[in-house]
Amino acid sequence: MTANHPKIVHRRDLSFWEKLYLPQIFGGLRITLSQLFKPRFTRQYPEERWNPPPSFRGRPVLVEDGGIERCVACGLCARVCPALAIEVQGSETELPKERYPVKFEINMLRCIFCGFCEEVCPEEAIVMSKEYELTFTSQEDGIFGKDKLLMPAEKLKDRIDFLRQNR
Amino acid sequence: MEILIAAIKIGVVLFVLLTAVAYITLLERRVAAAIQNRVGPNRVGWNGLLQPLADVLKLVTKEDIVPKSANRFIHDLAPVISIGVALSTFAVIPFGDSINLFGHDVKLQIASVDIGILYILALTSLGVYGVTLSGWSSNSKYSLLGGLRSSAQLISYELAMGLSIIGVVMISGTLQLDKIVEAQAGWRWNIFLQPLGFILFVISSFAETNRLPFDLPEAEPELVGGYHTEYSGLKFGLFYLSEYASMLTASAIITTLYLGGWQVPFLAHSGYSPEWISILQVLGFCLKVSFMVFFFIAIRWTLPRFRYDQLMNLGWKAMLPLAIVNLLLTGLVVLIL
Repeated sequence: MTANHPKIVHRRDLSFWEKLYLPQIFGGLRITLSQLFKPRFTRQYPEERWNPPPSFRGRPVLVEDGGIERCVACGLCARVCPALAIEVQGSETELPKERYPVKFEINMLRCIFCGFCEEVCPEEAIVMSKEYELTFTSQEDGIFGKDKLLMPAEKLKDRIDFLRQNR
Repeated sequence: MEILIAAIKIGVVLFVLLTAVAYITLLERRVAAAIQNRVGPNRVGWNGLLQPLADVLKLVTKEDIVPKSANRFIHDLAPVISIGVALSTFAVIPFGDSINLFGHDVKLQIASVDIGILYILALTSLGVYGVTLSGWSSNSKYSLLGGLRSSAQLISYELAMGLSIIGVVMISGTLQLDKIVEAQAGWRWNIFLQPLGFILFVISSFAETNRLPFDLPEAEPELVGGYHTEYSGLKFGLFYLSEYASMLTASAIITTLYLGGWQVPFLAHSGYSPEWISILQVLGFCLKVSFMVFFFIAIRWTLPRFRYDQLMNLGWKAMLPLAIVNLLLTGLVVLIL
């Protein structure tokens, strides 16, 4: 007998009662039928929406304070973006922050929701929102400009608080 | 006049039957969902009640694809056989006693055939032609395997099925289905007189209708879609419909043979007018059939599929001997009493 010889396992034969199958069938039916009256886990989606926790990374947005974006157009986010989805063009302004983005575009077809832009931003100007519903009907529509990206800071309070806690 | 009454009966029964079949598909999906703690289709119409309509619309508007090397004629014929057989079995099933309508005594059964049981056995066996021919004519290995399995399954279950019916025939002494129902008046239902025969018959009905513990002809994990792999559009819809129609027919046959058909105990002495009694009896019949349909559905979502050799073992080594034992016992008891 070699060392690798498979060990023969002797299994007990089924008893007559087990061979009838019927008790098992009724046991199974008892289980499935009792499930009939248990609560359902389905969320009726378009009516009943999910409110994600603050740790959720939805689509990236630009934080807007009193109508003005916080972004100073440093370009770090564009630099760090692994999917090359962000394009920033900066210019000078009279405001105290001195610089602002003339053009800020995120190609949502390329974005991978990694959150690096948010992590690298020195001004807390780009954060991940809770929005997870993204639909567009053409590739051009997938490029979000400043008009779609700006979002008031009050709406993003959850996420900003979360970021400060975990800094 | 006789022909007119018969035509009206056929029309009404066909309408009720097709509507019921459509809603059984919905019931199946809702029950399956509930068993799995889901909701199921609930969008089309109130609580999804128009879902069957949407399904039909979808199937009708789909393209009908026939494989290049398929036998076109038989490929078209097979679903027609399936649905035709499933629906025409209902012709001999009595769904109520006779009722007096506008001065005519109308028997609530389309055709009271002398050899009703033989008619049912013959037609349900023909049903397998639909499956086998569709498997052969598609010229696809999966379809062919499904078709072959179906015919092998039929041979191994038809015997047990026939033998278990003979027990009922011996007790009631007739092959006519309405007489068999009349013999089960009160609580003399055949399920109490023939418990073993009832179990055997129900199990063979599952095999006959290709429902889940025995749905080897379509076995999705192994055979893609089984015999209807190469079907699409309305022709697939016919197969789908015929599966549920044959389930309904099988439930009706089980009800007629074993659950007392339209007999509702205590109703004869309840003192209602004869018309009301007839209506209540039809409702009782529908209730019993719905219970059996629900049982079919619940079993589907409870049991796993049998392996092919297990199926053969069960058919030949367990059910056939049991059916013969049942037959002998029934014969002895009938002889002594």
